[in-house]
Amino acid sequence: MSKLFTGAEIVFKCLEDQKVEYIFGYPGGAVLPIYDELKNHKSIKHILVRHEQGAGHAAEGYARSSGKPGVLLVTSGPGATNAVTALTDAYMDSVPLVCISGQVPTHLIGTDAFQECDTTGITRPCTKHNWLVKDVNELSKVIHQAFKVATTGRPGPVLVDIPKDIQFKKGKYIFKDSKQKLNGIKNKKLNIKEIDQLIKMIKNSSKPIFYTGGGVINSGPEASKLLRELVSLTGFPITSTLQGLGAYPGDDPQFLGMLGMHGTYEANNAMHDCDLMINIGARFDDRITGKVDEFSPKSKKIHIDIDPSSVGKNIKVDLAVISDVSHLLKALIKRFKEKNKDFLSSNKQKTSKWWSQIEKWREKKSLKFKNSETIIKPQYAVQRLYELTKNKDTYITTEVGQHQMWAAQHYKFNKPNRWMTSGGLGTMGYGLPAAVGVQVANPGKLVIDIAGEASVLMTMQEMSTAAQYKLPIKIFILNNQYMGMVRQWQEILHEKNYSESYTAALPDFVKLAEAYGCVGIRATKPSELDQKINEMISVDKPVIFDCVVDKNENCFPMIPSGKPHNQMLLGEDDEEEEISEEGKILV
Amino acid sequence: MKSSKSAYSEPGKIGKIDHHIIVVWVDNEAGVLARVVGLFSGRGYNIESLAVAEVDKRKHLSRITIVTSGTPQVIEQIKLQLKKLIPVHKVADFSRNDPKILFQELALLKVVSTKKNQQKVKKMCKKYNPIILDRSKKSFVIQVTALRREIDRLIENLRPLGLVSASRTGAVAMTKGAEVFK
Ligand SMILES: Cc1ncc(C[n+]2csc(CCOP(=O)(O)OP(=O)(O)O)c2C)c(N)n1
Ligand SMILES: [Mg+2]
Repeated sequence: MSKLFTGAEIVFKCLEDQKVEYIFGYPGGAVLPIYDELKNHKSIKHILVRHEQGAGHAAEGYARSSGKPGVLLVTSGPGATNAVTALTDAYMDSVPLVCISGQVPTHLIGTDAFQECDTTGITRPCTKHNWLVKDVNELSKVIHQAFKVATTGRPGPVLVDIPKDIQFKKGKYIFKDSKQKLNGIKNKKLNIKEIDQLIKMIKNSSKPIFYTGGGVINSGPEASKLLRELVSLTGFPITSTLQGLGAYPGDDPQFLGMLGMHGTYEANNAMHDCDLMINIGARFDDRITGKVDEFSPKSKKIHIDIDPSSVGKNIKVDLAVISDVSHLLKALIKRFKEKNKDFLSSNKQKTSKWWSQIEKWREKKSLKFKNSETIIKPQYAVQRLYELTKNKDTYITTEVGQHQMWAAQHYKFNKPNRWMTSGGLGTMGYGLPAAVGVQVANPGKLVIDIAGEASVLMTMQEMSTAAQYKLPIKIFILNNQYMGMVRQWQEILHEKNYSESYTAALPDFVKLAEAYGCVGIRATKPSELDQKINEMISVDKPVIFDCVVDKNENCFPMIPSGKPHNQMLLGEDDEEEEISEEGKILV
Repeated sequence: MKSSKSAYSEPGKIGKIDHHIIVVWVDNEAGVLARVVGLFSGRGYNIESLAVAEVDKRKHLSRITIVTSGTPQVIEQIKLQLKKLIPVHKVADFSRNDPKILFQELALLKVVSTKKNQQKVKKMCKKYNPIILDRSKKSFVIQVTALRREIDRLIENLRPLGLVSASRTGAVAMTKGAEVFK
C-alpha cells in the first residue's frame, strides 16, 4: 500500500512537484494545519503580507515578471474575500495565479459557521475554474490540475478551497500529468492555408499596422523575439496596447507608441486609416476601439489570439487564427521567408506613402508638454526617471490614474516582463504589492512603482512586508494631491465640479516611510530631481519618493469616450485658472 | 463631447435578435449548473428556459438545454464562453427554425372547472399528445408535449376555461435521423 499523507502535507508535496519557490499568504484558523506543515518544506518560502489583497497582487507581480504562476494562501471568510480584488484583476489581465484558501470543516459548511463564506461561489466569476475539495484523496489531483488550468491556454487565476478537516485527514498522493482537456488549446496544429492567406494579406497591403498586446508577453520571451523579427522583415509600423509594452522596443523608429484612449496621435490615426490591421494577442477592448462602429472603418483585420472567445467579441475580423503567439509567429516567419526573399526592399515603395503620412502625424509630437523651471511636471519626472534608470534592467509597476498613463507614454520599455500594470480592472493599490512580488522574483534588480498618492494609500501597509523581507522596492509617487484622473474627467466632462477628488489630509510620505523603517525622499523642484532620483536608486532599502508635481496637469492625448480614433484631444494650450485652496477642499 | 459623460463608449448598432437552443454536455459535478447559469447572468445573456438532468450515470454526464435569444454575435459568444468552462464537454447550437432538429417541451396543466369546460379543454389539448394523469370530480391534471410557443398559446387559451396551475420542463432538443451531434 502506498504511503498516506495528511491534506496539509499533500498541499506542500504538490507545490514542491510544481517547483513553487514562493507563496504569498496570511494565516488564519482555517489554514492552520497548512501553516503548521510549512516548517517541513524548506524549498518553499512564505512571504507574509499585510492584507490578502496584497498577497494576490504580489503573486501577480511575481508571475508577470517571472513567467511562472503566482501562488497565494489565505484563510476562509475574510481571507478569501480580501483576495477577490486581486483574483479579478488577474482574471482581467490573464495572469496565472493559484489561490489556496482554507474553508470551515466539511460538516460545518452551510451552517453560517465562524468565518464561513461561499468562497467557490464568490470566486466563480473571477477565476478560470475553482474547486471545493471534499475528499482528501482528490486533493493532489485537483491541485495539479489547478496549476495546469492556470498556466495553459489563456492564463488566469484559479482557486482551491480546502476545508480544515481535509487538511488533517490522510490520503493518497498522486502526481501524473493529467491528459484531460483543459479548454485552452496550447498548440493546435496550424493550418497552412491560413498562414498563406495571412501572407497574402500582408503582401496586398499598402497601409498596414501591427497592433500587439499582452498575449505576446504571455506567450513568453521567445514571442517578443519573433515579433521583432517579423516587424523588421516586413518594415511595417507597430503599435502596442498598455499590456503589450515591452514586447517591442519602445525606442525603435518603427514603433508608434501606445494606442488607445491615451495613446499617441500617430498610433491612433494609423489604426484608424490603415488598410490592414494585424492584431497579435490583443483583445479590441473598449479603451482601444472607442466607438466600435467607427473603429478603423477601411481596414481588413487579422486577429491572432489563443482564446477563441476573444475573436469577434467586440470587432468583426476578416481572418482569425486561434494560436499561441510564438507558435504562430514561428510558422509564419518561416513560411514568409521561404516565399518572399526580398520583401523589405521590394515592398518599400508600396508603403512609402503610408510612412510619410505617419511621419506627418508624428510631427504633432502628441506627448509634448509645457515644461516648467519652478514646478515639477509629472511627465518630466517620468522622463528623468527613465533616463536615469534605462541602463539598468529596471522593472516598473504602477498604480492606476494619470501617473499610470504618463508612465506608459514616457517610459520606454525594451524587454518583455518589465512592465506590470493593472489594465483590465484598473485596480488602484496594485502597484506597491506587485512591486513586492516583482522584487521577490528578481532579487538585485531595480524595481520601481510609479504611483499616485491616492492609489498608493490603498495598499500602503505592504511597505511593512517590503521592510521585513528587505525588498528594496522604490515607490515613486507623482504627488498631485488629487485623484488626478478623476479630476481630469471632472474638468473636461463635468464642468469642473471637482467633487471629492481632492485629498485634503494626505500623510507626510517621508515620515510615513520612516515609520515603516524605510527611507523617505521628497523632491519639489525640477532642479533637484536628478540628484534625488539618483539617491533613491543608490539606497539599498525600500524607499518612498514623494515627487511633488503640478496639481493641474492633464494627461493628453485623450480620445473622449464614444469618439473614433481620429478625433483626439491634444490639449495644447488649454491653460486653466488656479483653483483656490479653499475651493479644492469644498467642491 | 458634451453629449457623452460616460467613461465608456456609446453602444454600437444592434444586430437582429434570434431565438436559439443551446445544448451543453457537462460533467455532473457540484456547482456546474451555477457555472453555466452564472455565465449567462454575469454577461447579460438571456435565459428563456432551462432543462437539465443527468443523461449518463456511469460517466456522470448531464445535458443542459437552454433556450436563449440574442444577436448572432451574442450567440457566438455564448457558445465560445461555454466551451471555456472546464466541466463542459461540448456545446451545440440550434436555431429555433432548424428543420433538422426536434424540439419538445412537456407541461402539466391542472384544470378546475365544470364538466362542459373540462370537455373543451381536453379537445383543445388533443393535438399535443395529451395524457390525463389524475382526475377528480371538479378537476383533472393533463400532460401535454409540444413546442414552446404551442404551449404558450395553449396556456393563454385555457386560462378562461379553468386552468389553475401550469408546470413546464423547458424545451429539450435532439437531432433528427441517425446522426448524433459530435
Ligand atoms: C480601487 C479603485 N477605486 C477607484 C478607482 C477610480 N479611479 C481611477 S483613477 C483614480 C484616481 C487615482 O488617483 P492617484 O492615485 O492620485 O493618481 P493620479 O491620477 O493622480 O495620477 C480613481 C479614484 C479605481 N480605479 N480603483
Ligand atoms: Mg494623484
